[in-house]
Amino acid sequence: MTNLVEVRNLKIEATTDAGRIVEIIKGVSLDIADGEIVALIGESGSGKTTVALSLMGHARPGCRITGGEINVNGKNMAALSEKERAKLRGTDIAYVPQSAAASFNPASTIMEQVIEVTRIHRLMPPEQARKRAIALFRALSLPDPDGIGGRYPHQVSGGQLQRLSAAMALIGDPKLVIFDEPTTALDVTTQIDVLKAFKSVMRAGGIAGVYVSHDLAVVAQIADHIVVLKGGEVQETGTTAQILSAAQHPYTRELLAAFEPKRRQAHADTNAATKQLLRIDDLTAGYGAVRDDGLPLIRAVNSVSLVVEKGRNLGIIGESGCGKSTLARVIAGIHPAAAGEIVFDGKELQRAAGKRTQDQLREMQIVFQYADTALNPAKPVEDIIARPLAFYHGLDRQTRSKRVDQLLDMVRLPKTLRYRHPSELSGGQKQRVNFARALAADPKLIICDEITSALDTVVASAVIELLKELQRELGLSYIFISHDLSVVEAICDEIMVMYNGQRVEQITPDKVKAATHPYSKLLFSSVPKLDPAWLDGLVRDPELVSQYGHR
Amino acid sequence: MAARVVASRRSFLGHSYNLVGVIAALVILTWTLIAIFAPYIIPHSIGDIVDDDYFGPIRQGLWLGSDYLGRDMLSRVLMGARYTVGISLAAVVIACFSGVVLGMIAAVTGGWLDTCLSRFLDAMNSIPSKLFGLVVVAAVGSSIPVLILTLAVIYTPGAYRFARALAVNINTMDFMTVARVRGESIIYLIGSEILPNIIRPVLADFGLRFVFIVLLLSGLSFLGLGLQPPLADWGALVRENIGGLPFAAPAVIVPSLAIASLTISVNLLIDNLPNKIRDRDA
Repeated sequence: MTNLVEVRNLKIEATTDAGRIVEIIKGVSLDIADGEIVALIGESGSGKTTVALSLMGHARPGCRITGGEINVNGKNMAALSEKERAKLRGTDIAYVPQSAAASFNPASTIMEQVIEVTRIHRLMPPEQARKRAIALFRALSLPDPDGIGGRYPHQVSGGQLQRLSAAMALIGDPKLVIFDEPTTALDVTTQIDVLKAFKSVMRAGGIAGVYVSHDLAVVAQIADHIVVLKGGEVQETGTTAQILSAAQHPYTRELLAAFEPKRRQAHADTNAATKQLLRIDDLTAGYGAVRDDGLPLIRAVNSVSLVVEKGRNLGIIGESGCGKSTLARVIAGIHPAAAGEIVFDGKELQRAAGKRTQDQLREMQIVFQYADTALNPAKPVEDIIARPLAFYHGLDRQTRSKRVDQLLDMVRLPKTLRYRHPSELSGGQKQRVNFARALAADPKLIICDEITSALDTVVASAVIELLKELQRELGLSYIFISHDLSVVEAICDEIMVMYNGQRVEQITPDKVKAATHPYSKLLFSSVPKLDPAWLDGLVRDPELVSQYGHR
Repeated sequence: MAARVVASRRSFLGHSYNLVGVIAALVILTWTLIAIFAPYIIPHSIGDIVDDDYFGPIRQGLWLGSDYLGRDMLSRVLMGARYTVGISLAAVVIACFSGVVLGMIAAVTGGWLDTCLSRFLDAMNSIPSKLFGLVVVAAVGSSIPVLILTLAVIYTPGAYRFARALAVNINTMDFMTVARVRGESIIYLIGSEILPNIIRPVLADFGLRFVFIVLLLSGLSFLGLGLQPPLADWGALVRENIGGLPFAAPAVIVPSLAIASLTISVNLLIDNLPNKIRDRDA
């Protein structure tokens, strides 16, 4: 036996609610040598998490491992009994989940949970386990390694929690650690710290890893080998350098191409006198009790001013909690501002949506990040898109139905989709329906709140392309809110950087490299690049990091 | 792709169902039909004394024996279905309709309306149901409309709580925000956005509440506060024939079985409602 992990011809089936059996993994084979990190990459639904979980002999409810061998450290996980597998989990194989926040028990301290594995498997006495945990905290460069274990999960940040869940995985001294999209939910500035910590610990311990991700740039930093999956089959395998520089398979190339979306052609200013569509002056909004000066206790948006011109796009970028989504909600009137002015199309808008006229509401539409919750699951697509048509335009049934077809066509969805419910659509399709509903109102401005964040790279870049096309056809303006610089760069004429509720800088995409504000510099330099040496070579000004990075 | 259908569930019209649910539905359907057509199928009038003996056994002509006055038990049980099913159904419809509508309005509106409604209905909820029934019937006397309204008032707060809890969750979804920003009215919000998402649990709650009402009505009738003689629902039938218990008279067993069969069937049906099959390729 040469490799730590040898998966041969793995097959996994799922049973649908109609009793139909679907093969979701169709004969996957892969090898992982000792101390090597292999990345599984692919879009959602490609089976990457299913394959990763199968290494622990686990199949999610409704799924069954039906064929093939999963040899991990000389044992065939597929053939073992559940009891024997449980013995290996945590000691030989460990798992780091995507959302650490959801995997910690909020009711007990972090230390209790980190050393739980050693208690279950009776690996070492609690005292020794605690010492080992503290050593791991230190290795993962967590702040206050001696004291952090005494805290509760809500008392540490998301990036710290993710590293703590890695500590939990590593305490049983596993030979193989499975990382399931561990940095997807983190900000870019935090992601770097987490990636660095993972990389150094894995390297120091000579631990093999499986890194599941859809982000090629992140994978490039940490993996030795890359396995590209699609539709439950391996598309391509190779070393990281091979995949990045000489990808063979068309799907891999598509992934690589999606990473660098084409820049928007700067408008050749057809009508030189651009008109202001939206102007915001000194807008302040927040949460909590209103104080004597009429402003709320916690200010999520602090005297922000901005201008959106007709037919042009403004990008708003910043880390989570910087107030960018609140700003979107304030503009749309969902969360009324405490102070400031919103002027839309030459007229001042009321702060609360309820007080605006129907036409004002119609002309400004907002599209939310999670299409899952933005579309009513109980209604078919046609009803969802037709509602604004009936509500704003008062169209009768027949014209409505024709218009729904047109709108579906506009967002490049087949007409047959109109009878489906949102749960029967893929993430990208849902986001398109979400967008079609906004288009149905015939708006002048669409506020896009992180609309590509929940999508895969390839799908997201297709959505961005679609937005650009629609803009050309319909003369729309977008306010594009995102934490992803490449997305904003691809579509916006102006980029506004927000930090801590304030606007720190506004620049054009081509001047991103020459940002003047220190926070913008830190943010822009933290975006991973498709270069395996990028993370190791990255030098960040420690002063900047301590000032703006939430470690 | 090999299609294999799981044995315990069958499919029909795009829904999958199982045998227990079908049997339960048939029992409920039977009782409903009996309730509707009882006056036409009863062999004797419910007030007629047709037997010389009281607590008579099952025999030809008196298929379920006779009661404590020698009246035909079969006729009385069939007619009893009418009152038990009818009164309970009317009460549960009123209770669930008002409770669910108020609950959704409270969840969507929030603020002081929500607070006032919730506290008021919580206060109502804190009154023991049987005691409340006793007081009302003692005060205004027992008649079918009074019974229906009393039962409805008793079960409205529960339906309200249940619907409000569900609607509050739906209310936080982004599609509610989208609809609000669109400028939709509250009627559209509760009717088109919230209701379709909570209708299944609300129906399950409807069924459960129906069972509670049948039992409470039977309980009130057993205490002599329900329907007044010669009318009798099943609860009243059990009470008036309780003296037959030492003789193992069918007169006391049959109405008890009727109550049990109806309530258990409703429960089983709720637990085994057909599921819509989302996997369209099958």
